[in-house]
Amino acid sequence: MPTYRELLREVKARIREADAREAQAMDGAVWIDVRRQEEWEQGHLPGAIHVPRGSLESRIEGVVPDRSTPVVLYCASAERSAFAAKSLGELGYENVVSLAGGFTDWKRNGYDIVLPTTLSPERRTRYSRHLLIPEIGEAGQLKLLESKILLIGAGGLGSPAALYLAAAGIGKLGIVDADIVDETNLQRQVAHSLNTLGTPKVDSAKARIEGLNPDVEVVTYRERLSSENIDRILDDGWEIVVDGTDNFPTRYLLNDACVWRDIPLVYGSIYRFEGQVTVFKPHDGPCYRCLFPEPPPAELAPSCSEGGVLGVLPGIVGTLQTNEALKLAAGCGDPLVGRLLLVDALSGEFDEMHIKRNPNCPVCGDEPSITEYIDYVEFCSR
Amino acid sequence: MSVVRVPPVLREEAGGAREVEASGETVRELLEDLSSRLPQLGERIYDGEQIRPFVNVYVDGEDVRTLGGLDVPVRDDSTVVLLPAMAGGCGR
Repeated sequence: MPTYRELLREVKARIREADAREAQAMDGAVWIDVRRQEEWEQGHLPGAIHVPRGSLESRIEGVVPDRSTPVVLYCASAERSAFAAKSLGELGYENVVSLAGGFTDWKRNGYDIVLPTTLSPERRTRYSRHLLIPEIGEAGQLKLLESKILLIGAGGLGSPAALYLAAAGIGKLGIVDADIVDETNLQRQVAHSLNTLGTPKVDSAKARIEGLNPDVEVVTYRERLSSENIDRILDDGWEIVVDGTDNFPTRYLLNDACVWRDIPLVYGSIYRFEGQVTVFKPHDGPCYRCLFPEPPPAELAPSCSEGGVLGVLPGIVGTLQTNEALKLAAGCGDPLVGRLLLVDALSGEFDEMHIKRNPNCPVCGDEPSITEYIDYVEFCSR
Repeated sequence: MSVVRVPPVLREEAGGAREVEASGETVRELLEDLSSRLPQLGERIYDGEQIRPFVNVYVDGEDVRTLGGLDVPVRDDSTVVLLPAMAGGCGR
């Protein structure tokens, strides 16, 4: 029976070792760090992928699908990586080296290392289902935790958005709403409850979010968005705005501000059984005024409160908006830019309309005619 | 005959119908036919010369304004969607 030292010697004789200079000369090589999580967290080689030794064989085909791709493996001192190189050779990888001297020598010789920002063990547990998704992973979750999203309205659309954004670990969540929670809200505004009847919606939502996820910093604005306060609020550095308003004046105000400040605006609106969702990403796609240059005249505007709404509809539309906001924040997927999604809850149908930038748009067009805020008279509030 | 989908905010003007039929070789002809069948609905979307600015009309998923306007051809099996601006978030 060989000792560990004898076995290591035998393995090292059967694999290739490369020093830092030789390894760096391997064109197109994938660098894999096979150390444990806590070693990786204390620093790693730039551009390396972390695949712990224990899961290397099971994950390598996902990480390096082509067996002719050169692979550089490293650990702390070139022992685990030697065994790993032998294993990859047996799996048919043709050009695998173990980095001589490992991370220890690399660092000692003054080569660059990356000190990663990583998730704490508590966050790793809380967001584990995100970490398992390749499109999100640790990097995506860290982006979510650093993102700043502003919700306009803590009502039907804002409630599900607030809860799911908070659960997803958005770093900073702003909520703008001047209203008080009343009984008629509870049919659909799930962020609020009997316990918060009569209290400001922003406070009710904040308390609910804080009970859900203390990672989220909640900033409340108990006011109605207007031309007077919109710049002050947006000056707080919001990167994405989710529009859950219920009236035309605020929608136009918000659209114009987001175009001028180049902030993506996640739009949603609902009526009875039907809803609309899209992302207005300034200059990449149309804005709200490209679709509807001006609000309808009062006599032709639909009356909101008489219309009613199926309670779950804002849940559907608000979560679709949240999906868009999360994709924008994590930098993954295809946002609904230039596509207007129509939701019909009664028939169970989703349709997509193509929407384009209007070169004559009064705000984002080539020669804009609107360059300052317009306070439209409210005609459709209740 | 093309199918014209009526959004909920305009259904009262269409006698409650979710879909109505209208015929025409072009969007203009179709809107004029629609206006003669359902004058109240027609009035809300078409002023006799232009589509009203707060309404969009889509033929098979494309905005007719970006396709070239009222002379855009409509096929018998086309689906036409009327889409007025909607404000609701139902906060209150």
